[in-house]
Amino acid sequence: MKKSALPDPFAAARLREGIGHMNDQGDPVTMILRLKDLRKTAHNYKTFQSGATPGRIVVPSEVNIRDTRQIPFELDPPEHTAYRAAVEAWFRRPLEEGYARALTRQIETLVDEVLQGDTVEVVSAFALPLQSRALTLLLNIPEAEADTWIAWGTHVFRSEGVALDGEKANILYDYIDEQIDRAIADPGEDLYSVLLASEVNGKPLTREEVRGVMILTFAGGRDTLINAITNSVAYFAEHPESLNRLRTEPEILNRAVEELVRYFAPLTHIGRVVTRDAEVCAHAVRADSRVSLCWASANRDAAAFDKPDEIVLDRKLNPHVSFGFSHHNCLGATHARQLLRTLVATLAEKVASIELLDHRDNVEDLDQFKRKVGFDSLTVRFHAR
Amino acid sequence: MANITFITTDGASTTVSGNSGSVMELARDHNIEGILGNCGGVCSCATCHVHVAPDDMRKTGEASEIERDMLELDDNADEYSRLCCQIVVSDAIDGVVFRVAE
Repeated sequence: MKKSALPDPFAAARLREGIGHMNDQGDPVTMILRLKDLRKTAHNYKTFQSGATPGRIVVPSEVNIRDTRQIPFELDPPEHTAYRAAVEAWFRRPLEEGYARALTRQIETLVDEVLQGDTVEVVSAFALPLQSRALTLLLNIPEAEADTWIAWGTHVFRSEGVALDGEKANILYDYIDEQIDRAIADPGEDLYSVLLASEVNGKPLTREEVRGVMILTFAGGRDTLINAITNSVAYFAEHPESLNRLRTEPEILNRAVEELVRYFAPLTHIGRVVTRDAEVCAHAVRADSRVSLCWASANRDAAAFDKPDEIVLDRKLNPHVSFGFSHHNCLGATHARQLLRTLVATLAEKVASIELLDHRDNVEDLDQFKRKVGFDSLTVRFHAR
Repeated sequence: MANITFITTDGASTTVSGNSGSVMELARDHNIEGILGNCGGVCSCATCHVHVAPDDMRKTGEASEIERDMLELDDNADEYSRLCCQIVVSDAIDGVVFRVAE
């Protein structure tokens, strides 16, 4: 098997039962594995809620390391609708010409750098700087601020071998508090200041709510983008014909990015808390238990995708759920898509081939399943065209 | 060349013309409100939902199974619903009227 391949560990259980089981810190999760069941569950926010105890719908649960509610992520309609509407326009800025231009410049600079160098450890020296610098655009702050975040390492919440690391989480929370203080003292045109000046239902956002949006913005786009970027580099290292094809057929760029995102499913799953005794896929789930929407499994559901375990670069119909489904579809998706489209186009333009020299897989332990989600490290050499 | 009319939720009507690409791309190029096309046209985001005028259904054809599955949970969806990234702009759909769903 190729080193860039992400096997589907859910296939047998998805066909047989349609669900899986994970015991997460004594708060078990029933994982929903089929696309249709997942969509129905995601849509039914009254029975499968997001607005539970903060941190509980994340798997692994963050209940023990976080009290702040992530907004709009951990709310349900109608509250969710109002908060989402308040931040939506800001998170669509990546479509603006100036934003796209700045992102292209950042990515071209970084790709030029790695083409000059000898070997590159992609996770720490390519994906992390790329994700961090791009985040300064989303926050509308100076690019140099990315150096602070790069110094935190690849995971805000996770250390290698430790599922949850409260100390690392505190680094982020303390940092966000400092930045909110700064924005209160000296408002600018950054996201912190914009949120502090925003209103929902006629009332200004509270400091705690601003904190909640900022934690979501930092945490939601970090591991996910790092996985997507690193997996893309590994894929093109082993599929030089795909880089070639994107060079000669640039019109398939959008389809290629959606297909990579489907195949990688950078976030394995997200939970919901069950509000009343109910059923998923003909299995009973109890009130106050948890289910999860397993994007990674649904994206390989043969009922919806031909050749689900292959990357079909120009896949035309691709109803993947890597950015979620229904009310809570990913707030950062516009940014992520713009970043990945720019990255893939830049690699196709500038890179002739990528040598894969060394790798260490990042495998998630989901009890019943072990899922490779990307790499802890990936060492390559880029060759210029 | 096909002339295509979009009626947005505020009742405003805009007619534009095109001869290639998808109806979603045509709408996005003309900043038709309510057509976002976030996924770029691969039927993954449902942000290009339109209602086809009933008489025009024979020109556009009906939604595919994958489209119907995307739309089945949408409270605004009906038998005339399409995701317009899946409709190709050509002479065959000249004169068609789409009501934007969102």
